[in-house]
Amino acid sequence: MSNAAANVRVPIATHTAAVDAGEMTEKISIRNLDFYYGDNRALKNINVSLYRNRVTAFIGPSGCGKSTLLRILNRMYDLYPGQRAVGDVKFDGEDILGPSQDINLLRARIGMVFQKPTPFPMTIYENIAFGVRLYDQLSKSELDGRVEHALRRAALWDEVKDKLGASGLSLSGGQQQRLCIARTVAVRPEVILLDEPCSALDPISTAKIEELIDELKNDYTLVIVTHNMQQAARVSDFTAFMYLGELIEFGETSRMFTSPNDQRTQDYITGRFG
Amino acid sequence: MPVPNISLYSRRRRRNSIAMTLSIGATLFGLAWLVLILAVLLWKGFSGLSLAVFTEMTPPPGSAGGLLNPIVGSLLLTTLAVLIGTPIGILAGTYMAEYGRHDRLTTVVRFINDILLSAPSIVIGLFIYEIMVYPMGHFSGWAGAVALAVIVIPVVVRTTEDMLLLVPDTLREAAASIGLPRSLMIGRIAYRAARAGMVTGVLLAIARITGETAPLMFTALNNQFWSLNLNAPIASLPAVIFQFALSPYKEWQQLAWTGALIITLAVLTLSITARILAAPRKST
Repeated sequence: MSNAAANVRVPIATHTAAVDAGEMTEKISIRNLDFYYGDNRALKNINVSLYRNRVTAFIGPSGCGKSTLLRILNRMYDLYPGQRAVGDVKFDGEDILGPSQDINLLRARIGMVFQKPTPFPMTIYENIAFGVRLYDQLSKSELDGRVEHALRRAALWDEVKDKLGASGLSLSGGQQQRLCIARTVAVRPEVILLDEPCSALDPISTAKIEELIDELKNDYTLVIVTHNMQQAARVSDFTAFMYLGELIEFGETSRMFTSPNDQRTQDYITGRFG
Repeated sequence: MPVPNISLYSRRRRRNSIAMTLSIGATLFGLAWLVLILAVLLWKGFSGLSLAVFTEMTPPPGSAGGLLNPIVGSLLLTTLAVLIGTPIGILAGTYMAEYGRHDRLTTVVRFINDILLSAPSIVIGLFIYEIMVYPMGHFSGWAGAVALAVIVIPVVVRTTEDMLLLVPDTLREAAASIGLPRSLMIGRIAYRAARAGMVTGVLLAIARITGETAPLMFTALNNQFWSLNLNAPIASLPAVIFQFALSPYKEWQQLAWTGALIITLAVLTLSITARILAAPRKST
């Protein structure tokens, strides 16, 4: 194996999660986090900070635990027995993992977009309005406004404004995914988790979603899991590289992609494995 | 270049055609009986079909009449059985697919449900006779409806569970991700996604009980006269067919054929409706 890459590497001081925070506010802090699928320890001592109005990307080879980590943040793992998280995850200082946490309220504040588009089996309008009605009692016109606003935020309004009564399932894959983003946005969360949101989409839809992510970050804190290194480099401010359930390196994307500290990060980013 | 082994290939072709001939033959043999049954039924049934069948009561031996009281009785019993059995079946199926998917109880219930699904209906009739007819002291429409409901339940449990399990977990996660509590997720998302299949299950259950005779013989018995009293014996098509077909009277035998035709057409309609509903929807 060639070690040429190692020579190119620029050595800098050991990087820890809290460094580079500057004036940024920590929205979610993850400390000493372990995760278990039954007896299998899938995440080992994870420490990451997610900053407000920034996009953080989780990258790493398949099975490294990046989706697992994402699904801890809205406690999606709670749907399945035998899965448990141990450690300290704080959301604006509030304990996410604690037993007193109301999971439904938490999920209304931390939204999620999935790998495969998952429109509900109802009309386009209802797909959005459904989630809004859960936590807000609105008049018809207010609700209409919320639906339109959400669809505009997801850059879908112009394509669907004349067929809001059509089934959400009648849209194309890329449109369905933007519908799901609109649905998430409509609930007015503070954080949006994106689990490989573009992996089932064509390049044009992918570009649209990436533009969207860039725009959404003005109002939200975003976390994206991606297999696509270029995508991580394009859309994220911070990157966490994970490998075999461990967080190998975390830092600003621009630095991670130009001068990673860890040999494994370097190897992964340059496509040597994974 | 490798030479293809012709003899091996032709042997395989020969075997293939033998197997093909056998399976086509078996299919035709099976279908022939079905066609024959339908043909005889149509032939004998249609000749007795008239307006009087739907407007007149079952006649005494030797005179003309219709099937109004058994038709209405069957509709009544079936409706009641579905009203009793469907909610129980759907709730149980929902528990198994949504709440207790990993529970031991679900495994046990599923096993017992499968037994109930294939239980001989005469046993169900006897059981209801023991717990309802005997203590009450008389046959009744209620007992008949409950016996049929016991047949409906396992069918609905099965289809409800199967159809809900076909709803992808990603949809459940999506519902959860906007803060939807589980009860709403099931009621508003999962049921909606599984609706066609669940309705199909209910239709199949109706088709199943429409022709059931044995459980009614021990419960609702039969009634020669017009009666909507569910605390008394009530007429039903299968019971009338059974009685009339075994009788020596020409008019009764004719009515039995006509009744059989009506039941068959009803079941056929239900099955076709169920198939249409269950067919994968064409994407628009």
